Amino acid sequence: MSTRGETLLWVAQRASAALLALCVVVHLATMIYAIQGGLTAAEILGRTRGNLGWLVFYSVFIAAVVVHVPIGLRPVLGEWLEWRGTSREVFLVALALVLAVLGMRAVLGVFG
Amino acid sequence: MTQLRVRVWRGGADGGFQPFAVPRQASQTVLDAVTYIQRVLDPTLAYRFACRVGMCGSCAMTVNGVARWTCRTHVDKVARDGRLEIAPLRSLPVVRDLVTEMRGFFDKWSRAEGVFRGARSRRDAFERVAPRSAQRLNVEAGIECIGCAVCYASCDVVAQNPEYLGPAALNRAWTLLNDVRDVAQAERLRAVAGDAGCHACHSQMGCTERCPKGIAPTASIAGLKRAAMRALLAGEL
Repeated sequence: MSTRGETLLWVAQRASAALLALCVVVHLATMIYAIQGGLTAAEILGRTRGNLGWLVFYSVFIAAVVVHVPIGLRPVLGEWLEWRGTSREVFLVALALVLAVLGMRAVLGVFG
Repeated sequence: MTQLRVRVWRGGADGGFQPFAVPRQASQTVLDAVTYIQRVLDPTLAYRFACRVGMCGSCAMTVNGVARWTCRTHVDKVARDGRLEIAPLRSLPVVRDLVTEMRGFFDKWSRAEGVFRGARSRRDAFERVAPRSAQRLNVEAGIECIGCAVCYASCDVVAQNPEYLGPAALNRAWTLLNDVRDVAQAERLRAVAGDAGCHACHSQMGCTERCPKGIAPTASIAGLKRAAMRALLAGEL
């Protein structure tokens, strides 16, 4: 990949990591707070259904995951499996799409 | 007189360890032990050294699993129960016994644009560089590298990605990137920001942990990453 591409991936990885740090803390803190009085599906849906704030928050969370995971997996595949070149990039783009679809399906599932 | 039990790598990449008994001496270095073996026990042993005082960078070997300068490593410090295991540096082709082929290591310095490119001639005045300027301090932190390849042999990314330029070459590029007299910065940044350059570093800090000069190549590589990012955002990469 070009120097521009490599640098862009590094910036994207750093930026998505910063977002994930925030998102994971909010997600865990909410879970710990919310299960104080027991955990039910109805309670979770009551909090998330129709709530635009949670929809935006978890959409951002998913976007950060979609960017972060494939970039992180890229050197692992290169160094451990010696998988480099175009086929690796195609696989990682496909993985990003799968993560995006599954993630947004879950987010929309608890919103709608 | 007590004896050191020393196992020394013999042969090429598919060689093996050969045991030797070396008399223990006060203030003995690992290089002293290797030299004793070559001069007294087996003159066919191949190894490199030159200065014996930590200036030339030619005597680095793997001592009990860790890359070190053998000339500045006392046996007291590393021998376990009077045992030493001495092997060639990791991640470099073995020529014979303790000698490695360093060509690839230094070729990577060239690929990282690790050569000073100035614009002034001998008829121009000296460039004035403020000793306490941020750039000069960056240079100072990394400039004492003597090219011993201890960092290179200690780097797991080098071990797993043979194309990776490695900590020494990238540290060199960083010191030149901070040299205000150099006029090839754009080319240098392009040379080090590619697939096998600074972004391949995982910041595991094996190089920084092992550098006998106390240099932190990890910090230099982080500097290159930031410089590449700034160049990208400025549309100069």
